[in-house]
Amino acid sequence: MEKKEVPQDRGIYGKCTGICYAVDENGKYVLSPSAGWEPANIANQQAWELMEEQIAETRERVKRGELSPLAYYMARNLMDVKILAQYIGLPKWRVKRHLKPRVFRRLNPRLLERYAKLFNIKMEQLMEMH
Amino acid sequence: MRDNEKNSFIHRQSAHCESGGTSNILLNYGVDVSEALVFGIGAGLFFGFFPFIKMNGLPVVTFRNMPGRILKNTSKRLGIKIESYKFKNPEKSMDALDILLDKGIPVGLQAGCYWLPYFPDALRFHFNAHTLIAIGRKGDEYLISDPVFEEPVTCLRKDLMKARFSEGPFSPKGKMYCIKGIKGQVDLPRAVTKGIRETCWFMLAKNPIPLIGVRGIRYFAKRVQEWPEKYGKRRASLLLGNAIRMQEEVGTGGGGFRLMYAAFLQEAADILNKKELLDISERMTETGDKWREFALLGARICKDRSLDGDNYDNLSNVLLDCAAKEYGIYNDLRETVR
Repeated sequence: MEKKEVPQDRGIYGKCTGICYAVDENGKYVLSPSAGWEPANIANQQAWELMEEQIAETRERVKRGELSPLAYYMARNLMDVKILAQYIGLPKWRVKRHLKPRVFRRLNPRLLERYAKLFNIKMEQLMEMH
Repeated sequence: MRDNEKNSFIHRQSAHCESGGTSNILLNYGVDVSEALVFGIGAGLFFGFFPFIKMNGLPVVTFRNMPGRILKNTSKRLGIKIESYKFKNPEKSMDALDILLDKGIPVGLQAGCYWLPYFPDALRFHFNAHTLIAIGRKGDEYLISDPVFEEPVTCLRKDLMKARFSEGPFSPKGKMYCIKGIKGQVDLPRAVTKGIRETCWFMLAKNPIPLIGVRGIRYFAKRVQEWPEKYGKRRASLLLGNAIRMQEEVGTGGGGFRLMYAAFLQEAADILNKKELLDISERMTETGDKWREFALLGARICKDRSLDGDNYDNLSNVLLDCAAKEYGIYNDLRETVR
């Protein structure tokens, strides 16, 4: 890639810029700022669309009472049961149970507090799904 | 305590976090090695395709070696003594960090970028092997030299603590390191030679499972061709998008680190006084551009904006071309440092 071809397509970096390696007129490598590149932006956007879809779907299922609000916050924080269980320090099967509304409603407040702290939200938010 | 404004740490923005962080911390100890040089000495260049290891439900495609290897290789080859720590208790890990920072010692940290508030939202995925350097603090506010950002940034204690104890693959477990000293004279030619040898060894590896190196690229090319039939259009597009992101998005400097490696080879030509490396560097640039062609074509397919002749067969051919180019490069490279 030549220095004058370094792409400047704003996207994933937001206001920031990344660094690209490119060669200058003399064929020597230089570090060249780049605002982003369209193919990478497309791939990133696609990944986010998939996640948004999953979050929306989980949201609907929570609304219908099939899943507990915990499932929504898990999806919104891009986690699955495995990683959430690691964060909270419980076996997977217990976290999986907490995704059932019936079990979740009767959870120990101390445990709920731990979940809320992990997601950086208040306990009331965790109970309600805002 | 060091004041944030008066901090004397020299921050240089780089393309990639681990090689850039290592380069920056060394610079502040008087060893001026560029990011590309660290990347080459640390044998960062790699290719691996692991269909059975999934991250976020997608198979792992990687263009660099294991996280942590670049730092380890570089410090070993340059004779730099590094002390690293891991922790069980988050509070204790922060206290240990404070003690070092208050003495004015810059500290390298491994962190999960999901929890770092200064990251652009679009890049906040659960990736645990991000490297940053803590360079000072003012109470609960830490001054961070994050190699991929233009300027040093700040981060609150609670956020930094969370990031240092992120969970999942490559979880950092509070890992931090600092430089203890430099053993004698830094022998650059020897370090560069060793780095190149290791890269050639990995990329030309003849192991029974052909998932890494040039054989890995060929295997990947074959799989890519099968994607649309095997998984359907949508899933194929997701798999492709994932590969493009690994290649272009996560601080590779373009072309899946190939361009950074070409920059390294230019420096190596000077250090080893071998003109033929300049020639190989040029070929590496061509290869990097070829990889970028793969991303360009692939993104058009993802977006359903394909032009005539844009299809998975074509992508596969581009990849095979990359593999062929790289095969030649590593063979010649191995000869020059034999």
